Amino acid sequence: MMESVVQLKNLRVEYPIASGSSVPKLAVNGLSLDVRQGEVFGFLGPNGAGKTTTMNVLLGFVNATGGEARLFGVNVREPIARQRIGYLPELTYYYKFLSAEEILRFYAKVFGIERMEADRRIDRLIKLVELEHASKRPLKSYSKGMQQRVGLAQALINNPDLLILDEPTSGLDPIGRMKVREIIQRLKNEGKTVFFSSHELGEVETVCDRVAIVHQGQLREEGRVADLLAKYKTGLEQIFLDLIGYKPQAIT
Amino acid sequence: MNTVWAISTVVIKELYRRKDFYVLLVLTTLLTLAAGSMSFFNENTIVRALKEICLLLIWISSLIIGITTAARQIPSEKENRTIFPLLAKPVTRWQVVLGKFLGCWLACGITLIVFYVFFGILVGAREHTLPVAAFAKLMWMQWVALGVVVALALLGSVVLSAPGPNATLCFIVVLGVTFVGPHLGKVSVGLTEPAGTLLYSIYFLIPHLEWYDLRDIFINDQILPGNAACFMATFYAAAYATLLLVLTWARFRRQNLNT
Ligand SMILES: Nc1ncnc2c1ncn2[C@@H]1O[C@H](COP(=O)(O)OP(=O)(O)OP(=O)(O)O)[C@@H](O)[C@H]1O
Ligand SMILES: [Mg+2]
Repeated sequence: MMESVVQLKNLRVEYPIASGSSVPKLAVNGLSLDVRQGEVFGFLGPNGAGKTTTMNVLLGFVNATGGEARLFGVNVREPIARQRIGYLPELTYYYKFLSAEEILRFYAKVFGIERMEADRRIDRLIKLVELEHASKRPLKSYSKGMQQRVGLAQALINNPDLLILDEPTSGLDPIGRMKVREIIQRLKNEGKTVFFSSHELGEVETVCDRVAIVHQGQLREEGRVADLLAKYKTGLEQIFLDLIGYKPQAIT
Repeated sequence: MNTVWAISTVVIKELYRRKDFYVLLVLTTLLTLAAGSMSFFNENTIVRALKEICLLLIWISSLIIGITTAARQIPSEKENRTIFPLLAKPVTRWQVVLGKFLGCWLACGITLIVFYVFFGILVGAREHTLPVAAFAKLMWMQWVALGVVVALALLGSVVLSAPGPNATLCFIVVLGVTFVGPHLGKVSVGLTEPAGTLLYSIYFLIPHLEWYDLRDIFINDQILPGNAACFMATFYAAAYATLLLVLTWARFRRQNLNT
């Protein structure tokens, strides 16, 4: 039995009553998941399904109102649970007054990586995301895609065993997407685990080992991509639409 | 500790990259003009008045830098979303609070050193003596008080997330505590119960920032408080700032942050 890397048991997240609504919002409703070591796991669901919320619980940004969430067996309430993970937020913003190099150095310090090792990693990561020409410029002069690449580099600074990516390819050009896919593939080959959300089902079909489809905070389906395709005898996109109960409407 | 230190260096880097320290430059120029013009006057009262103005300028501008910097730290981390990649690392929220505090407090220290060195040089050039020990004491006590102020602004920033109102409120509190606070003790004696006890309790509980304002004593060439008194005052301020930081953390610790 492989080590369980991400473990959710009956996770519940209720947001307090927001203005303009009378009931608390149940964003995640009894979600249980197990992501095992070495898997590329696609976390799918329509807008508002609760994907980002679930990830925010894993990262300790949002408190679960029920159930349990663990990373490498450690409760996510312990900061140490995040020692071996890398995270790329849905929208990436970093200190605009620092250069890519300085940002990476800062995060390396936070991880307690010693100086020589940090230098080596920073060099390698800047090359990996192709920011050599801009690495000493402050981020305020970067384009959106360049900032996203800084995001990817910072997510890898601690050589993580688990990568959590929230829609890593949204807003990227085709080259950027390809790059992200290559990096996911490379990490997989190194035996790392990747847990990511995405709306690009074609992409998910090609890179993922397993997927989960959530809707309204609940798990609708989970399994190996190949198994699901065999079971439903149709593409992932159609499976997705069926599971969330989408009916095409006639346009009159 | 590494993490706390790293966070605090980012605070300071932002200050000089954002050119906030330029305010310092402008103020130093003003200070130079004010202090420099001392040489044109032989009248002692005018020289004294100019010294007073310089010290007041230093006092106000270091307060402004301390409060505005501390008040915007955590809110801008949230607004710019830089808090997320940071907290996704094995960083505790206590380390964030402490790092922010340390950064702002050190920034205050840098500001004070620049101001006092300038002021000292100008005064020294005129009077041909430089009371270094007195200057150091004046500066130290002010810096210690700024520690309490910065901690207060940080606490304000996790309660009222808009930096503007928070900074304004902090100014009012600091000015109130410094100028009105000291009189509460005396007033309370003349009041009927329970108002008297209540007022006295307030007097007892508020931070006594007036202890750290040694400007008048310095200008009047009176004797500054001894080292033991300064040490006690430092201890009191450290305890007060720690309390405020713990309250900040208690409030920030379980706050939901939405990406
Ligand atoms: N801070 C909040 N307060 C109240 N409700 C919230 C809050 N954040 C999210 N929600 C609600 O919780 C639900 C889940 O949101 P979440 O952002 O997790 O969805 P998602 O699956 O990431 O969607 P998307 O694909 O659009 O990114 C949504 O209905 C959303 O409106
Ligand atoms: Mg989302």
